[in-house]
Amino acid sequence: MAKNQVSLSQGSTRRDFLNWFVGTTAGAFIISVLYPLSRYLIPPKSEESTARTVTLSIKPQEVKPNSGQIFRFGSQPAILIDTPDGQLKAFTATCTHLGCIVQYRSDLAQIWCACHNGHFNLNGKNVEGPPPKPLEEYAVNVRGDQIVVTKKG
Amino acid sequence: MDMEDRNQQHGKLWLWLDERIGLKDLEYLAKKKEVPMHRHSVWYYFGGMTLFLFMVQVTTGILLLLYYRPSAGEAFESVQFLMTEVQFGWLVRSIHAWSANLMIFTMFIHLFSALLLKAYRRPRELTWLSGGALMGLSLGFGFTGYLLPWNELSYFATRVGTEIPGVMPVVGPFIRRLMRGGDDVTGATLTRFYGIHIAVLPAIVAMVLGLHLFLVQKHGMSRPLSAEKGPDAKRVMPFMPNFLLRDVVGWLCALAVLAALAAYFPAELGKKADPFQPAPIGIKPEWYFMAMFQTLKLLPSYILGIEGELLGVLAFGLVGLVLIVIPFLDRGAALGRKTRFPAAFAITLIAYMILLTYIGYTVSPTK
Repeated sequence: MAKNQVSLSQGSTRRDFLNWFVGTTAGAFIISVLYPLSRYLIPPKSEESTARTVTLSIKPQEVKPNSGQIFRFGSQPAILIDTPDGQLKAFTATCTHLGCIVQYRSDLAQIWCACHNGHFNLNGKNVEGPPPKPLEEYAVNVRGDQIVVTKKG
Repeated sequence: MDMEDRNQQHGKLWLWLDERIGLKDLEYLAKKKEVPMHRHSVWYYFGGMTLFLFMVQVTTGILLLLYYRPSAGEAFESVQFLMTEVQFGWLVRSIHAWSANLMIFTMFIHLFSALLLKAYRRPRELTWLSGGALMGLSLGFGFTGYLLPWNELSYFATRVGTEIPGVMPVVGPFIRRLMRGGDDVTGATLTRFYGIHIAVLPAIVAMVLGLHLFLVQKHGMSRPLSAEKGPDAKRVMPFMPNFLLRDVVGWLCALAVLAALAAYFPAELGKKADPFQPAPIGIKPEWYFMAMFQTLKLLPSYILGIEGELLGVLAFGLVGLVLIVIPFLDRGAALGRKTRFPAAFAITLIAYMILLTYIGYTVSPTK
């Protein structure tokens, strides 16, 4: 009984200690579960596409006039266009609005995104519809019978 | 009731079970349950119908799991195999696809009828909130399930859908990466969506649905303000069996519509997703995302110096928020006063959704 009385008189500190101890342990446990879980859910960084130059598999003479086609620029889609006045141009094919892949509209001589009806002119400038920014343009060089596309800047 | 009476009413099995799990209490609850009767009672059926269609989803979803393979290399082919080789595979998939659409439809009706009849008023705020959560979870089911066949439409719908949270400042790109399981929509997105669709969402829905149904039992169905006075004020119908049998008629109607749609308009598969092809002309999302899709299409690139899509996304978020917190905004209804703004809000929202959906389906896809 005497022991109990001692514990009662010191009860508040002992109770405080136990509450603190259990609380900290529970907190540490929760963090030790949540931390690995949250790290697990975040996907690992994939290799950034470092491609700055791509040689296309299509030859200049095979490109149809007034047409566009998608090619791989590293891991990203890009579009090669033969403009009505016979120039070869290349842009990223990812629409600046919500990331759909654009296509060339020969009837309008414009680059067009089917998802939300965004229009870009043949300099990549957003001219109609919701896209907020122009498409990034790449430099196109014809070397012999090869088409070489290079990132500008 | 003495022992002899009970023995006469119920068989030995019933008595055995009663001793172990307390059937008597359940029987008492079932007998006590009543449904208010008034001129708007018909709207009560849509909750049950949604629940029925959800059960159809669970069943057909489990059946689809037996053949589906969640990888970018095999998903499309496994669904193609299911549609062409597996006996009645087309039927199971078509029912799953149509039932999903009907479920969202009946859920919209359930939501808007509860909103217009102000069923959310005290003490049913949590019933409303859990219903709102179930709506969000169902849209999540629709969004994640849409990708699984890995066809052109689903691929671009997911590209756009995961880009939308990406337009938010600061946290946007992180959320987009988290949703996609990487920087682009790839096979990693597919496995992520698959896991969410078949495990994460069902587990959460089971809990929230449990809460929602418990609350409906606890409070009973809400009697609209207009039926709280006058001749309808006391009219009720016993749930067992009168209302339940009517509910079953509703389920059978839903099943008939479902069977007809699945048999006459089987789900299509389209072309396999190709990350290096332009988005197909005439691409569109499921009808319940159409109003939002069309809004994003019509918004100009900049409004008052802010990117149009960001403003659109913020507006959708705001409308959703108002919808969810309406029990707390509409203080008057809880006190039995007639408040006008919830109805005005609901009708404006319905009209907007119908109008934009109509425009979405009728505009020329190339203009």
